[in-house]
Amino acid sequence: MVDWTQCTLAQLSQGLAARAVTSVQVTRDCLARIEQIRPLGAFLFVDAQGAMAQAAAADARRASGRVNGPLDGVPLALKDIFLTEGVPTTCGSKILEGFVPPYDATVVRRWKAAGAVLVGKLNMDEFAMGSSTEHSAFAPARNPWDITRVPGGSSGGSAIAVSTGAVFGTLGTDTGGSIRQPAALCGVVGLKPTYGRVSRYGVIAYASSLDQVGPLARNVTDTAMLLASIAGHDPKDSTSADRPVPSYLAELESGVRGLRIGVPKEYFVEGLDGEVGSAVEAAQKAYEKLGATLVEISLPHTAYAIATYYLIATAEASSNLARYDGVRYGLRNDPGAGLIDMYFATRGAGFGSEVKRRIMLGTYALSAGYYEAYYGRAQKVRTLIARDFSRAFEQTDILLTPTTPAPAFRLGENADDPLQMYLADIYTVSANLAGLPGLSLPCGMTRGGLPIGMQILGSHWSEATVLRVARAFEREHDFAVRRPPA
Amino acid sequence: MSYEAVIGLEVHAQLLTATKLFCGCRAAFGAAPNANTCEVCLGMPGVLPVLNRRAVELALRAAVALDCSVHTRSQWSRKNYFYPDLPKGYQISQYDQPVATAGHLDIELEGRTRRIGITRIHLEEDAGKNVHDEAMAGRRSYVDFNRGGTPLIEIVSEPDLRSAAEAAAYMRSLRRILRYLEVCDGNMEQGSLRCDANVSIRPEGEEQLGTRTELKNINSFRFVEAALRHEIVRQTEIIGDGGEIVQETRLWDSQAKVTRSMRSKEEAHDYRYFPDPDLPDLHIESAEIDKARQSLPELPAAKSRRYVDELHLTAYDAESLTEDPGVARFFEAALLHHANAKALANWINNDLARELGGRRIDSLHVTPQSLAELVALIDRGTISGKIAKDVFAEMAATGTSPGTVVAQKGLTQVTDTALIEAAADQAIAANPAAVAQLEAGKANALGYLVGAVMKQTGGKANPKLVNEILRRKLG
Repeated sequence: MVDWTQCTLAQLSQGLAARAVTSVQVTRDCLARIEQIRPLGAFLFVDAQGAMAQAAAADARRASGRVNGPLDGVPLALKDIFLTEGVPTTCGSKILEGFVPPYDATVVRRWKAAGAVLVGKLNMDEFAMGSSTEHSAFAPARNPWDITRVPGGSSGGSAIAVSTGAVFGTLGTDTGGSIRQPAALCGVVGLKPTYGRVSRYGVIAYASSLDQVGPLARNVTDTAMLLASIAGHDPKDSTSADRPVPSYLAELESGVRGLRIGVPKEYFVEGLDGEVGSAVEAAQKAYEKLGATLVEISLPHTAYAIATYYLIATAEASSNLARYDGVRYGLRNDPGAGLIDMYFATRGAGFGSEVKRRIMLGTYALSAGYYEAYYGRAQKVRTLIARDFSRAFEQTDILLTPTTPAPAFRLGENADDPLQMYLADIYTVSANLAGLPGLSLPCGMTRGGLPIGMQILGSHWSEATVLRVARAFEREHDFAVRRPPA
Repeated sequence: MSYEAVIGLEVHAQLLTATKLFCGCRAAFGAAPNANTCEVCLGMPGVLPVLNRRAVELALRAAVALDCSVHTRSQWSRKNYFYPDLPKGYQISQYDQPVATAGHLDIELEGRTRRIGITRIHLEEDAGKNVHDEAMAGRRSYVDFNRGGTPLIEIVSEPDLRSAAEAAAYMRSLRRILRYLEVCDGNMEQGSLRCDANVSIRPEGEEQLGTRTELKNINSFRFVEAALRHEIVRQTEIIGDGGEIVQETRLWDSQAKVTRSMRSKEEAHDYRYFPDPDLPDLHIESAEIDKARQSLPELPAAKSRRYVDELHLTAYDAESLTEDPGVARFFEAALLHHANAKALANWINNDLARELGGRRIDSLHVTPQSLAELVALIDRGTISGKIAKDVFAEMAATGTSPGTVVAQKGLTQVTDTALIEAAADQAIAANPAAVAQLEAGKANALGYLVGAVMKQTGGKANPKLVNEILRRKLG
């Protein structure tokens, strides 16, 4: 008997079409798998009843010949940052504990319309602030390859659920690497699309000018299918692009012959783990063998990316998180001593330490007298970083880099040193600052048995190329089909 | 020493759009609390703003009417502060790149025209309203978000105003323009037009500005002048006593008729403005700006001037007629039916204005056509001015046309000289005392006799004829 939970989304889609399996059967298997992996802390909410009902509805549609497309009946799950009507949404925070949204995010609406079976909400760092999912207010999540290590973050639950075969694909959000970094640490594929490619409506904002929604999946083809299911203009998001969505599958198998692959010299420096560096270098050679040309390029402002990112992201966050004030929804702690004390008590109890740290940083960066020196200057550097990439893409078609400087670290390892954790984003934040698409693809394993990811960065709107480049490597290697021991 | 006041006004005008600035909720006054709200204007997690272009059109119209430079590119910024009526914890506004700058407004006061600079006009969303439960002795408050997210323009003047009276004239003039443009209904009591004032004083002839205070809560037209006058006196007294003005925000207390300190400069908010990352820059094509300029209606000042120059109305009548664009429209429509501008102006500014009592002129039974007909009946001598008052009352009450009222009630003026002569003879015979007085040179005794004739004819005799006939008979 086929264990469908170990198949890819594309395989399941075909299996459902061929009536080899029903949505109800596979959804039941997924729910069982979710139960098995409970110790990993991937899910914050499992909607077993709702999922079974959606699966039954999908099977009924199929029986009557009204299939909604390749995702119809496929069990998927959402990072708990997406608003789901009638289903609790916490964003990993106590301040939203018990909050049941009155509306669906645009991407959730699209998945529902596509017939996806939404099995639950995935764990994350509180308000997407973190690189380890240790900053979830409810429970830290664990890496399925080594439960003493973190799965990465902030979309840690999204990566675990895909990696363990609990669901066939998930959505995450990526503000500074929050899709790509956990994808790399858990050995799955994760894509952050171009800023504006996917609607942010109904996605709880961390840093609005950097946040972007994207898929995590078991392989590149599944990633392409999931991107197609969410990409496109949304009139409810004024920053979403009103431009056509190409077919992400059409040229997926076209290879890389003649393609110029840029290798930024600033990314291969001290601080890069030896095993990670070797794996990425091996991938470079593999691409050369496949007919691509390697070009060394320079991104001279790379050293400023982390500082720039943490000024802009925290500034926007300090404003975005002001609405959690205890007045309209979520937690309210009212000691009965007036408005100001209600604010202090609510926000003091509702936010975790990392969130408070970033709100304070951002508030400071925007303060009168400091604005120009911090936020103003960060915006200027952001422009310079974006220009670095524009110049690079005059010489190359794609960039190949490590996703993270090191494989998964141990839980608690960076707990007392936020700056060290911030450095985990060093290779990923630039793509957010420049609004570029970036994909993390498994490219090796450490001797200790941890996944290594490499990052493929493209120019604006070049997701099809990024996916094609990833697919060319994946076809020749088996890292993406490896499953964790758990 | 004599001091002069230096005043700048910040006026918030609620735009007359059907829906809110960043969502599709209705922007209407008077609905049940929180009836006009949605996830966006309640600041739910995950929501994003989508600009209502209609609000931009109205802001643009105001900007060109106030001779501003309109910027083809402006920017949305977030103004951050905590308050329960502000759902997102920030207000979407415009900060260092507003939609329009550098305009002006001419005001007239005691026959003098003064040009007041407009520093800037920017668009922003309004906040909701906190409602304090009096029954709970202030221990519980509610928030009504119906107003939250409705579109406003803030019009900031230069500190060019020199007295409370000038400030009031500026407000009147500005309100009149906004109403003409159908940009804002100008209702201060309902809060659709609001005014904050920056006030300082300095010795006459001094260039340097004194320390200013900001006056808030001037929520009625009557309060503009009263609040400023009070604040100017307060500051003059402090400086006269050798004191210093504290830079602070003060609230006008309309009950006690004083201003009270609300917060000092040290307590002032740091709003941490920064560009709103959820909204692209606001672009307005120069063709759109040109179109707005070309499609401006005749503005009240020009209209008023035309009434004086071409229709020979008094300045007072012209001002009264042009105060409300609906009234001016009514007047001009009536004029098309009967070209007696002076008489129509009198009727509109007196009888019709009384009848109006705060209602909209187009909700009355009296129409431009029926009022014109009434004046025509007087001008043709069909009815007297006195009878016309009764006819008007009937028109206003029932909507019957003046011709019909006159016909139904038999009010047509008696111009039959034989009939009037008979009545005159009777009056002379019945009032020998009055006749004697008249003969003794007391001219006003004629009035008594005219009255007697009118009474006898049921008020319908043509008073001019009655006069003539009595004079002839007693001459």
